[in-house]
Amino acid sequence: MEAVILGYGVFFLTLGGVYALLALGLNVQWGYVGMLNVGIAAFFAVGAYASAILTGPADPAHLGGFGLPVWLGMSGAAFFAALLGLAIGLVTLRLRSDYLAIASIGIAEIVRLVLKNEDWLTNGVRGIAGIPRPFEALWPGNGGLAMLLVVWGLVFLAFLLNHRAHRSPWGRVLRGIRDNEPAARAMGKNSLAFRLQAFVLGCAVMGLAGSAYAHFVGFISPEAFDPVFATFLVWVMLIAGGSGNNTGAILGALLIWGVWSGTEILTGYLPAEVQTQAGALRVLAIGVLLQAILILRPEGLLPERPPRPVWRKETSR
Amino acid sequence: MDILQLLLYGVVLGSIVALGAVGVTLTFGILGFANFAHGDLMAFGAYVALVAYTWLALPLWLALPAAVAATVALALLVDALVFRRFRTRRPIVLLISSFGVALILRSLIQIGFGPGTVLYSTRIQIAERFWGLRVKPDQIVIVALTLVLVVLLHLFLSRTRTGKAMRAMADNPTLARLSGIDTENVIRWTWAIGGALAAVAGVCLGLNSRLSPEMGWFLLLAVFAAAILGGIGRPYGAILGGYVVGICVEMSNLVLPAEYSPVVPFALLVVMLIVRPTGLFAGRSG
Amino acid sequence: MEDVHGGYGEADVLHGVSMRVEAHEVVAIVGSNGAGKSTAMKAVFGLARVSRGRILLDGADIANRQPDRIVREGVCFVPQTENVFPTLSVDENLDIGGFTLKEGVRERKDGVYALFPDLVAKRRQAAGQLSGGQRQMVAMGRALMLRPRLLLLDEPTAGLSPLYMDQIFKIVRDVNATGVAVLMVEQNARQALAIADRGYVLATGRNRHEGTGAELIADPAVAESFLGG
Repeated sequence: MEAVILGYGVFFLTLGGVYALLALGLNVQWGYVGMLNVGIAAFFAVGAYASAILTGPADPAHLGGFGLPVWLGMSGAAFFAALLGLAIGLVTLRLRSDYLAIASIGIAEIVRLVLKNEDWLTNGVRGIAGIPRPFEALWPGNGGLAMLLVVWGLVFLAFLLNHRAHRSPWGRVLRGIRDNEPAARAMGKNSLAFRLQAFVLGCAVMGLAGSAYAHFVGFISPEAFDPVFATFLVWVMLIAGGSGNNTGAILGALLIWGVWSGTEILTGYLPAEVQTQAGALRVLAIGVLLQAILILRPEGLLPERPPRPVWRKETSR
Repeated sequence: MDILQLLLYGVVLGSIVALGAVGVTLTFGILGFANFAHGDLMAFGAYVALVAYTWLALPLWLALPAAVAATVALALLVDALVFRRFRTRRPIVLLISSFGVALILRSLIQIGFGPGTVLYSTRIQIAERFWGLRVKPDQIVIVALTLVLVVLLHLFLSRTRTGKAMRAMADNPTLARLSGIDTENVIRWTWAIGGALAAVAGVCLGLNSRLSPEMGWFLLLAVFAAAILGGIGRPYGAILGGYVVGICVEMSNLVLPAEYSPVVPFALLVVMLIVRPTGLFAGRSG
Repeated sequence: MEDVHGGYGEADVLHGVSMRVEAHEVVAIVGSNGAGKSTAMKAVFGLARVSRGRILLDGADIANRQPDRIVREGVCFVPQTENVFPTLSVDENLDIGGFTLKEGVRERKDGVYALFPDLVAKRRQAAGQLSGGQRQMVAMGRALMLRPRLLLLDEPTAGLSPLYMDQIFKIVRDVNATGVAVLMVEQNARQALAIADRGYVLATGRNRHEGTGAELIADPAVAESFLGG
């Protein structure tokens, strides 16, 4: 029994950490700059597959067998997610933020189709198995626990990076861009460079989250990157925790992940024939929760605290 | 496959996309946000018609008005319960909220009808042949219905007071308010028209292929692409954009594997955003 | 307008501006960039916040009222930019101008076309396709549909060629001759003061000079700093 509880605890906290990474990545894009990325699933998936292909065992059915160490897989994951972010950012960041949102669902759609159809690369719907866990050899039998530490180490790193960026002059420019988009757009190229940097950084963190997920679960398939789990849930996490606040992003991630996985345990007691309905009911509940937060507490649990209050401007129209 | 045959399929798909895009472009122009729940409004309409047609055994010509009425009511209800509360906030909040509304609607459909696909009728339609082209009766109905609705929409927008006010508000919301237009009334009309056309689009989509809870979400990108292609806030542009997108999607089968045809609207969108972000007919800038 | 302070957001742009427009008068506000000319006008129309002071219309304080209510009091505003509905035809622009009217729209449109004969041939054209001067006419015509007591014009000649500028100023006088009081903000100070009954010169959000148009043009201090010598 203890082992089951411990096992579940590790599972809960590790995936909570993966979501915390996603929320931190989104926070750089939305919280700091107000860029609407509705394609989180795409960057998450690209990171996971990049890591799996770079470090996984050889399989004649798909690309892979490079046998690289996990840390290189993680770097590769961040790199390829950042590359995708750069491409989409160059096209859409010059335009108003709604267009980025629309374009990002397009990117997510393309990534989803590639994952499903390009068997030579991703093994299609069968997915990729046997993705190695780090420190498995050092610590036999407790690979899960080691992965938990690795994931939360990454969360801590991302948090520090985000936090420092937020306080730096770079972060101040980003907030200026967010609070006054027309003026920032009038700044032209300069503002574009800042937005692009923030967008790419956020995408890299999302790719890292994908890599962490792949190494923890050991098996990935297109199903794991459904926009409901991989995009929408992350949005609700950041908004619940507090956009612009990194502690809030982590708190929101754990809280909403708790609600999401907790309700899954509850609906698990229901008869099998209503399981899909129960799943839909959980999505519905999260959707209603989002509306409630937006209406009742739009600033989230931990509102953004700008390092220099003088810079604060009215964000309402 | 024959190019003309693909063109015909493109016109059918384009009709559906056009009907959806009018609603998106009007809400985008008048309320200032891209409504991510519009695709799911279409799905909702399709399922209401399914209930009326198969469960209540109404004929399709009665099921369609029922779907329209229910979808209009739903759009007004969502606006009154949710979107109205965000009018004074940044429009981007509306977009995020609409993303949540989209998932709520989709979940409701899944709870009611399960995740699988459904057909209006299992009866196989015999395709007629005209000048060597295969045409199903349903496809003629879809195109004809769209043409009738486009004419009605044109009359509404160009002849009625509310229609003119709606175009004015899509053009320049601030100036419209300064001219003493009752903006809340125009907003209600916008949802009513957007919802009605979405319901028809959903039913047509269901007739053309199958119903599934994700049917609207999958078409959303095409609908957005059409609205942006036509210029935000321009209903006539959106109709043309719809046909451009529909025809390009079907024509892409000549060069692209069929499973990638959902990418075509995105490609059009990206090209458009790079070359001419204001749309083919210079919609509202910025 | 008495001792008005105000601006946008948190920052005040106006630090005590007073001015007066009598019925049937044309009054021009001039001054250098950033003097608060446009803000003063927008404060009258409820588009800029008034933090202190009063704005009286026939004795009733209208400070910080919503623009649509001020419209009903008979005050119309023509913004400097984006002042027409570009995809609507000229005729439809005028229809929207008369949106709140129950009847008599056609007669009033005829009145506007009589004032702006150039627009008659263009009545079916989209306003966005017209030249700058014609657009300005549409914008003014749209505002005149409600037969306002006071017409507010924000830089009506900005960006227009001298030919159109003269035409617009002539129209301002014509409009005024129909009994409408006009308050306008102008960069082209000399021409504006020449047709104005009275004028105000603003600097750094305060009144600097005032007088009849002719007095201000003749005043050496005004001429040197605001009329380009």
